Amino acid sequence: MKCNNEAVELMHKYLDGDITKEQEQTLSQHLESCDACQRHFHELKRTITFIQSAEQIKAPANFTATVMEKLPTEKKRIKYTRWFKAHPMLTAAAIFFVFMLSGMFSVWNQDSELVVSKQEDLVINGDTVIVPQDVTVDGDLLVKNGNLIINGTIDGNVTLINGKLIEEPIEGEGLMASVGEVNGELKHVDQVFEWIWYSIKQLFQSVFAL
Amino acid sequence: MDEMIRERIKQVKKGDQSAFEDVVSFFQNKIYQHCYRMLGNAHEAEDIAQEAFIRAYVNIHSFDDRRKFSTWLYRIATNLTIDRIRKRKPDHYLDAEVKGTEGLNMYSQLADNGRLPEEEVEGLELQRYIQQEIIQLPPKYRSIIMLRYIEEFSLQEISEILDIPLGTVKTRIHRGREALRKKLRHV
Repeated sequence: MKCNNEAVELMHKYLDGDITKEQEQTLSQHLESCDACQRHFHELKRTITFIQSAEQIKAPANFTATVMEKLPTEKKRIKYTRWFKAHPMLTAAAIFFVFMLSGMFSVWNQDSELVVSKQEDLVINGDTVIVPQDVTVDGDLLVKNGNLIINGTIDGNVTLINGKLIEEPIEGEGLMASVGEVNGELKHVDQVFEWIWYSIKQLFQSVFAL
Repeated sequence: MDEMIRERIKQVKKGDQSAFEDVVSFFQNKIYQHCYRMLGNAHEAEDIAQEAFIRAYVNIHSFDDRRKFSTWLYRIATNLTIDRIRKRKPDHYLDAEVKGTEGLNMYSQLADNGRLPEEEVEGLELQRYIQQEIIQLPPKYRSIIMLRYIEEFSLQEISEILDIPLGTVKTRIHRGREALRKKLRHV
């Protein structure tokens, strides 16, 4: 066996784990008899140990942060999704709020029918509700999507939603009559936000009434 | 750890940028070290290592999930370092080969003046000496020696990282080992 070619070739095969059993035997027999090759083999193994013992080099302290800063900006949608995942309570509250608002809006928009809480003794003329002069309404009155003319007396609160309180009778025949009286609060709601506020107040009132 | 990286890569592919932070912090030392050994100076190493991670992020969709992410990342980093070495102006760098002398460069000339091979170098100093010797190897041997013995990739993986045939990897690792053996035999 020629030292400088075949043996060295086998040494490298050995180091790469490519050597066959027979070749390994040939190599070890040769190494026993040849000092030069033994030294060569030893030096190779030592070199590998040296390389492996080379100083460990660490990245600069703020390396990751710098890389993250330099990345192109991500899509907004993903950013929001992650934010929602990070703040589940706020997300739940926001979703609840959105549903509540949309519910109220739809109620506000859909109901354009005239609604009156009490029908007895009241005169309904188109979209106008009239409390006749000699009538006393006992209790609260709610009128929705209609106007209200009070000539009589109401013993309770009046709530007007999306409508107006008309001070003078339409036909003009009651001009001389005194304007009716309300023995309670008169609430007038005709803005969406007021309607929302009214709904919330109602909600709280019903909650605390329990 | 591989499972964690796999999971993060999935998230990054879906567009979650923050998942990439774990990937960077897991590989930062390995990639930086690889770049440092390829380039031989801290400034360029940081520059190229950062560039490697940014490229990996931007091109994440071309990464095949069935393969090893580390192999892919090292491939990007290695290609960038080799590009950088090619673009260098030879005169400005110590490890550029001196004209008319094959395999000889400024480092070996400095070494001749400053330190005797027989000089005893221990601990950190020995490590620095080895580092210097590794840097003297031509890039095509250096990258393979480092990937094999410092990053501990298999020869097959190295062939994938460098996109060269397995036979070529073997030839180069033999030559690299022999070259280093000659340089380190007196230590």
